This record gives sequence, C-alpha cells and structure tokens, in this order.
Amino acid sequence: MATDVHRPVSSRTAQAGQATQASPAAHAVPVPQAVHVDGLTRSFDGRAVIDRLRLDVRPGEFVALLGRSGCGKSTLLRILAGLDRDIEGTVLVPRRKAVAFQAPRLMPWKKVWRNVVLGLPGKPDRAVAERALKEVGLDHRTDAWPKTLSGGEAQRASLARALVREPDLLLLDEPFGALDALTRIKAQRLVGELWQRRGCAVLLVTHDVEEAVLLADRVLVMDGGVIAHEQRVDLDRPRDITDPRFAELRAGLLERLGVDTAAEAA
Amino acid sequence: MSISHAPPSSPEADISLKSGPENPTTVDVVPLLPSSSRRTRVPRWLRRTTGPVLLLLLWQLLSSTGALTADVLASPGRIAQVGGDLIADGSLTSAMGTSLQRVAAGLALGTLVGTGLALVSGLFRVGEDLVDAPVQMLRTVPFVGLIPLFIIWFGIGEAPKVAIITLGVTFPLYLNVYAGIRGVDAQLIEAGESLGLSRWGLVRHVVLPGALPGALTGLRYSLGIAWLALVFAEQVNADSGIGFLMVQARDFLRTDVIVVCLIVYAFLGLLADFIVRSLERLLLQWRPTFTGR
Repeated sequence: MATDVHRPVSSRTAQAGQATQASPAAHAVPVPQAVHVDGLTRSFDGRAVIDRLRLDVRPGEFVALLGRSGCGKSTLLRILAGLDRDIEGTVLVPRRKAVAFQAPRLMPWKKVWRNVVLGLPGKPDRAVAERALKEVGLDHRTDAWPKTLSGGEAQRASLARALVREPDLLLLDEPFGALDALTRIKAQRLVGELWQRRGCAVLLVTHDVEEAVLLADRVLVMDGGVIAHEQRVDLDRPRDITDPRFAELRAGLLERLGVDTAAEAA
Repeated sequence: MSISHAPPSSPEADISLKSGPENPTTVDVVPLLPSSSRRTRVPRWLRRTTGPVLLLLLWQLLSSTGALTADVLASPGRIAQVGGDLIADGSLTSAMGTSLQRVAAGLALGTLVGTGLALVSGLFRVGEDLVDAPVQMLRTVPFVGLIPLFIIWFGIGEAPKVAIITLGVTFPLYLNVYAGIRGVDAQLIEAGESLGLSRWGLVRHVVLPGALPGALTGLRYSLGIAWLALVFAEQVNADSGIGFLMVQARDFLRTDVIVVCLIVYAFLGLLADFIVRSLERLLLQWRPTFTGR
C-alpha cells in the first residue's frame, strides 16, 4: 500500500497557510498514517463546527465515525475528500482517495460503465470498469442507464466507481442510509469483503451504531467539534451481532451518544 | 353471463338478505366485468380523425351551397386543386425553398449566438455580470418592431429577413440554455470534483449534458418563433418566398392561394417539431421519463 504519498489539503486562510507550511517537516509522524489531522478547525459564520480536531488513521484501518446529526461528521468527511477547503490546521490525506456518498450521485446521462471510469486519467477502456463492476456484483448492468438501476444497484455502482480508483483511503458518507433493511445488510457485507480484499483505509461516517461495530476496527464518536470518544473493536471477523460482547460494545456506544439502552434491555 | 342485480328497495326479491341471519356464510356476490367487454371499442386514431374530417365536410358543404363565397374562403376542393397547380408549375416549391433557406440561416445564426451567450454567462460569473443584464433588457423589445430599423440598416435583401429570424431565435435559446446550466444538480458537480475532474472535465461531463434537456426545450421554442419571424419578414418588401406568394395572393383576392400557403407553414412547423423530437430521442435516451417512442 502506497500510503506514504501524502498530500496536504491546502487551505485558503492565512493562519492555515502557516500551519500547512510547517506540517510536513515539523509534524514528522512517527508511524506512517493514511490520514493525519491536527488542529483542524472549520467554522460556518463564526461558529466552529469542527474545533481543533485531531485524527489519525493507520493504513488499512477501518474507522467508523459516529455522531448525532449536525455534529460535523459529514463536514469532516468532505474536508478529507478535498471538497471543503475553508479550513485551518493540518490535514494530510493520501493522494489516491475516493468517496461514496449517501446518494449514489451517478451522472444520469452516462451509462454505468462510463460513470465508473469517469475522471480516471488517460483513456480507460471498458474492461477496467467491467472488472470493478464484477467486484461489486454488478457486471450484468454494465450498459444500463443509471436511472434504471434499483437503489442497491446504484449504490454498488457508486462503490465500483470509488474502488476503480484503487484508493488508499475510501471515504464512505452514510452509504447505506437510503437502502432498505435487506439491501443494507448485503451492502454492509460487501463493503466488509471489499475492504479485506483491497486493504485500503476506510473512514465510514454513519449514524448506525450496529453498522459501526459490525465493520470497524475502531469506532469514533464525534461531539462538540472533536473526537469525544474512541472505542476499539477487537471482535473476530466475521462478526456476530448476537455475540454478547457485540451487544456490550453497542450499548456502550449508544450510551455515549445519549441513548439509554437500559430500558431496551429490560 | 347472466347475473341479475337485485334492487335494494325490494327486500322480498333479495334472497341473500332474507337468508342472512340463518345462514351467515351467504354473501351477495356481484361480478365485476372487465371494462373491455362492456362496449366495442372504436380505435383511438379513428375517433381523433373524425372531428377534423367532419369540419372539412362542413366547410365543403357551406362552399358548395354558396353560403361561403370564394372571396371569403375558397372551398377545400378548390384549395387542393390550386395547391396541385402551384406545385406543378414549380412556384410553390421554389417559394418553399427560399423560405426554408431563410429559416435555416436565421436558425443557425441564432443558435450560435444564443447558445454562445448562454455558455458565457452560464459558465463564468464575470460573463453573467456582463452578458445577462443586456440580454434580459433586449429580450423585452418585441423583435418584430425592429423590422423598419433592420431595413434601414440592411436594405431590402435577404439580410434583414435573416436578421429578424436570428433575433427571434436567440432569446428563447439563451434563456433555456442558461437556466439549464444553472440548474445542474450541485451534488453531481461535487461528485465530479471528488472524481478528480478538471474544470473543463466538469463542463464537458457534468454541466453540458445536464443542460441539454433545457437546451432542447429552448430549441423547440426557437423553432416556433423562427416561423413566426419568417411570416413577418416575408411580408415586408419580399420578392420571393411563401410570404411573398401570400402578399401577391392578397392583392388578387386569391383566398385559395393564401390557404395553401398557410397549410405549407403548418406543414413546415410540423416538420420542425418532428426534427426536435428525433433529436430528443437521440440525445435524451437516459431519461426514463421519456416516452416518445
């Protein structure tokens, strides 16, 4: 994994400029990191949604980011994706990164396979797209128009579009949020398998605690603009949601998020 | 099938009601017949053509009985005959050729100018500031009112006619292409950015295809206006074309020729619409809402 190719996400403000200037040399990270964030602040109209946030993700690590809605978790993901540059602080991310959004965001005027190779350097041929689509089990819809896909199929196409870039960091923004329960289970399983095969670092933003515990090596809870809580998940894979240790982790995280599980357990 | 409906007002005839309390399993069942079995269907195309045909027959009847004189409106039969004659001596086809040429030239120029301006103001903020305000102001001027000015500027040849069509075509196209560009889903643009598309790549793969449905709507409006502009332009100082044929016919009270010319205009309009529809079918295949097949 070529996770040592880091590129600072440049920022527009003066203070941030100083910080990024100093970062590559001064902040010599002892262990190679896929993501290194330090002192990150993002304000909307003077209100800091992200406030001096620290975050490190190891290469190949699967990290889930939980938090109440509006806590800034999606903002953090957008910053890591390079889509939001109004920031202060140090942000180091791999050059090769890919995003899958909650809505599949496929270009409706391009056939599925053209969507998959869109934006790839050079003139990628169809075989590249077909390989990625096969990996997500969608090779039978290579020539379909995106609007004829079902919700699950469209989301898989979006995943294929992310994977074909061979990312060192895969950013997932609630990618299963809009799927029905059965499709969601299948999609979660698929992401788990893809991650194990590819070995890229994954940051999954979600509001589903169970999903986080099911997939992640480490679950982070974001609150007040910082990572307020960190929970390692050392359960063996594939994980069993009926495992009492699973339930324990889930309950602990829910409590962190302000949901009392005692009533549920009774 | 023979099922009799018992009228609810006569309880003595209704067996099920009587036997109800003793035998609760009996329910009054009524068959729901498929709608197709109720009446024999007249094909839709036949029903739709009946109206116009009846109107045509009435028109012919009024003309034959003398209620409608040829000075007011010629009979359908007469019009068909004159139409045939005009085609036979080549005057109608040559007039059509001239008119089509004018529309084609005006449309080509107007499309170029309209889309060009829309691209400038749609894609660049500076372009919007510079272009949009003047275009919106000019748009409110009724373009037909500019004919006298155009004649002074361009003389009485082909130039003022093409210019008036160009002007008419430009604005609807500008408005729709501009709205199409600005209406492209911001989420798709962001997705394109996250895929590493350059600025030009975004324009090519996201913005322009997204603006295409709007552009085609604009083209349809523009075509309608192009014919309208043609009629105006050809009735002032023309010495060829369909409009000229009509002006000439007016001077000789030839209502038959006038109606033939009107039919030709309608036919050309239909043709133009067909062309746009074909374009939409070709370019907008990706839209599931499209049902023009």
